[in-house]
Amino acid sequence: MNGVVMRVLRLAQKEFLALLRDKKSRMVLIVPPLVQLIVFSYAATFDLKRISYAVWNEDPGLYSRQLLARFSGSKNFKLSGEAGSPEEVKRLIDNRRVLLVLHIRNTFSREILTGKAATVEAIVDGRQSNTAMILTGYVQTIVQNYNTDLAKSLSLPPPAASLSLRAWYNPNLKSRWFIVPGIVGLLTLVVSLLVTALSIAREREDGTFDQLLVTPLTPLEIILGKTLPGFVIGFAESTAIVVVATTIFHVPLRGSIPALYLGIFLFTLSGLGVGLMISALSQTQQQGLLGSFLFLVPSIILSGFATPIANMPKIIQDLTLLNPLRYFLVILREVFLQGAGVQILLPEYGALAAIGTAALFLAGHFFQKRIG
Amino acid sequence: MAEANGPRSPAVSVRHLVRTFRTPRGTLRALDDISFDVASGTITGLIGPDGAGKTTLMRILAGIMEPDSGSLRILGRDPQTAPGLLQKSLGYMPQKFGLYEDLTVSENLDLHADLHGVPREERQTLYAPLLRMTALAPFSGRLAGKLSGGMKQKLGVACSLVHAPPLLLLDEPTVGVDPVSRRELWEILEKEVKGSSTTLFVSTAYMDEAEHFDRVVILYEGKILGEGAPEDFIRDTGGHVFLIVAPGIPARRLEPEIAKLPEVADAAGLEEGVRTVTLTPNPPPVPPSLDTRTDPVAPTFEDAFMLRLANKTAKPAEASGSSSRMGQGREISWGDTKTFSPTEGDAIAIRDLTRRFGSFTAVDRLSFSVKKGEIFGLLGANGAGKTTTFRMIAGLLLPSSGFLQIDGRDVTNGNVAALRGRLGYMSQKFSLYAQLTVLQNLVFFSSAYGMGGKRQRDRLEELLAFFDLTSFRNVSAGILPLGFRQRLALAAAIMHEPSILLLDEPTSGVDPLARREFWRIISQISFRGVSVLVTTHFMGEANACDRLAIMAQGRLVALGSPREIREGAKTPDSPDPSLEEAFIRHLNLKAETEDGEGSR
Repeated sequence: MNGVVMRVLRLAQKEFLALLRDKKSRMVLIVPPLVQLIVFSYAATFDLKRISYAVWNEDPGLYSRQLLARFSGSKNFKLSGEAGSPEEVKRLIDNRRVLLVLHIRNTFSREILTGKAATVEAIVDGRQSNTAMILTGYVQTIVQNYNTDLAKSLSLPPPAASLSLRAWYNPNLKSRWFIVPGIVGLLTLVVSLLVTALSIAREREDGTFDQLLVTPLTPLEIILGKTLPGFVIGFAESTAIVVVATTIFHVPLRGSIPALYLGIFLFTLSGLGVGLMISALSQTQQQGLLGSFLFLVPSIILSGFATPIANMPKIIQDLTLLNPLRYFLVILREVFLQGAGVQILLPEYGALAAIGTAALFLAGHFFQKRIG
Repeated sequence: MAEANGPRSPAVSVRHLVRTFRTPRGTLRALDDISFDVASGTITGLIGPDGAGKTTLMRILAGIMEPDSGSLRILGRDPQTAPGLLQKSLGYMPQKFGLYEDLTVSENLDLHADLHGVPREERQTLYAPLLRMTALAPFSGRLAGKLSGGMKQKLGVACSLVHAPPLLLLDEPTVGVDPVSRRELWEILEKEVKGSSTTLFVSTAYMDEAEHFDRVVILYEGKILGEGAPEDFIRDTGGHVFLIVAPGIPARRLEPEIAKLPEVADAAGLEEGVRTVTLTPNPPPVPPSLDTRTDPVAPTFEDAFMLRLANKTAKPAEASGSSSRMGQGREISWGDTKTFSPTEGDAIAIRDLTRRFGSFTAVDRLSFSVKKGEIFGLLGANGAGKTTTFRMIAGLLLPSSGFLQIDGRDVTNGNVAALRGRLGYMSQKFSLYAQLTVLQNLVFFSSAYGMGGKRQRDRLEELLAFFDLTSFRNVSAGILPLGFRQRLALAAAIMHEPSILLLDEPTSGVDPLARREFWRIISQISFRGVSVLVTTHFMGEANACDRLAIMAQGRLVALGSPREIREGAKTPDSPDPSLEEAFIRHLNLKAETEDGEGSR
């Protein structure tokens, strides 16, 4: 037994040396994840700022000016043009000069004074549907607020039912709070996949794999020795990312650290398992890299990282049950924002453990099949 | 041949060429003031030990690398002032020729024709003779990756000949190619040189090939050690070569004694005796206690080469210590000799061993056994099934059927695990972790075999000293010179003192000097009772084996001592065939019976 432990540790040590002695692979493991974390966190946000808009105001009255002042005073909007005709509106939108044109008819002020419902027309560039959707929300909020204030000042009756919105765990609905924990999962996956997916293929290319197989190391020991460095590197990188997320991006870490690390452990396990599986099936490093991407892209898209799983068709939703990143994102967001502990996340832990064990088992199976 | 072409300007003319490399260990003068000519229409060989600068020179001639200083003329013109000269008039085949393995034979040819701008309508007339000469015509639709090693090399040559260049540079084109394919390849090249006025400049590690060249240039440590016709080199060596026989003592045991003597430049233990080259044209001073008979024999080019090198290294190198020899005067220890005394049974026994890949039978009912303490050679053409056999013995591949026994234990079903510690395996490519240092490689492999603590440390130091790797201990394995990489691979394979050593082409691409040293070690190890199973394409090495098996198309075609193999190939035409002739004869016999079966 002692011999087994020593052999596995020596193999792990060798893997470390092979990864870290080479300046290039050392850089690949350390620099890009951190750069990506910072770039993604700043870049990947759903919040819209300084939206270019134009105004087509046909109303000479006071109320249109009051309403438009609320737009020009908002940090979210930036006035970048005026239109006087439908043709001009079309040109502004088509040339992507503005995303939004506010059209106020000449009857606007008159209708308000006579107590009728006045209409503001918002023309939005629908080619970017996601942006258009968020944009409309902003416009609606401004118009609604104006409506309420106007009703008060003209002592009109307030709207019959009013909605009061309170977002728990992320009171200002900052999208960065949503995105940054997701990036922790994404980068952990990339690193644990890359460390293992290329390792056996590289040995095959160099011819050292045969040399390894003729030693008394059993396939299980080889798998263990190859996963160990992945764990250490995966843990180190996730820790670094968590620290950056909380200190630089001020994402609150409300949950328990053990709950977070149990998640990281189980997720790294499944990432390494999938990586080794790809590695055992690849003859060359190129195949290993392609295989990793083949796994990586769908598992990000089908994880709920950007788009909610609940929006997907039923059959795809079922498919996401096999995706380890899906569970890890739940764990991350709940631990970070909601302050969840271990108990509440037991189903996710269970799923990750099952996927990880199955992947490692399959990796060992493919690996042994290759030998016979 | 040079004379026949009259006084033309030389195809290659090099003057005072210098090229240095900056290495972590200081500046290396890879080429140190080289001047020579290659006459037009000749085959000129470039010969020298590993690291002598052969590949650097080839790359500079091919225009891939710039010299630091010196001048260079190709076909009478300076390539720097004549743009397009090299692309048009030069064919270059590097050591690792870049065949696209996922393209077919004819697609590879097309690609090279495209690269050199050969007009489409001329191609078929150019291809036809090339495909005929290389016998690749039936395989023109096959993927290059599926060709055997010899066929790949032939295709590589065909690709470099596609644009009919007047000058062809070949960098070790026959490394790892079996004797039959090697012969065929040289027939192609000689025909090409004779038929057109092509000039061939070729580097090689095979000394028997050098004998057929018009001229040879010997390169050593970046300097030219000799230049001339091979016959002149051989003539100068007359009277220096002797065969020493001691009745009752195997030549392999006698060899280290002879090599120790002063005045001895080279000693090789062959089956018939110890072939000895002396520094002066006198018989070596063998002590009378050894009771030997010494006969002068005719020198070969290899003897001449070894003499030249020995003359060079014997004098000043001793002081500088630059020529490191391994195992000089030391004995390698082998702890547990009691477990395998040479008398009891076979180390490896194989009966009707078969391995099929789909419908292809790579190894077909193979039977032989390797005795304890024996050096057993496995010969055969590329693709004959040698490596497959090796992988089955090493437990890397399961036999489809048959019977395989190692150290008296049945391991047919792959239950080799318990025996792995007794096997040492060195693969064709000297597989080591390039990023790890010499020391880290040795530590890792010995730990994988369960070594640790003081025993491991002592063994490490012993082997580092024995293989003269001490000064390289913290150097990455990937940047070691080839000869040292080979030593390291052997050291890694024997750290754990295996009782069976499997060596798959262990000297492929290594120069004669390193090969000789390597075999001396192997021989020493075998005297410790270790059984050695080795594959090789060098007939000189095959001659040093105790017994040989020759394989063709997965089957055994001959088995016995080198003498028995030669006697089995006797014909009225050649009453005393060399081992290479015998080898080729056995393969042809096999092919004939095959044809006979086919026609019935």
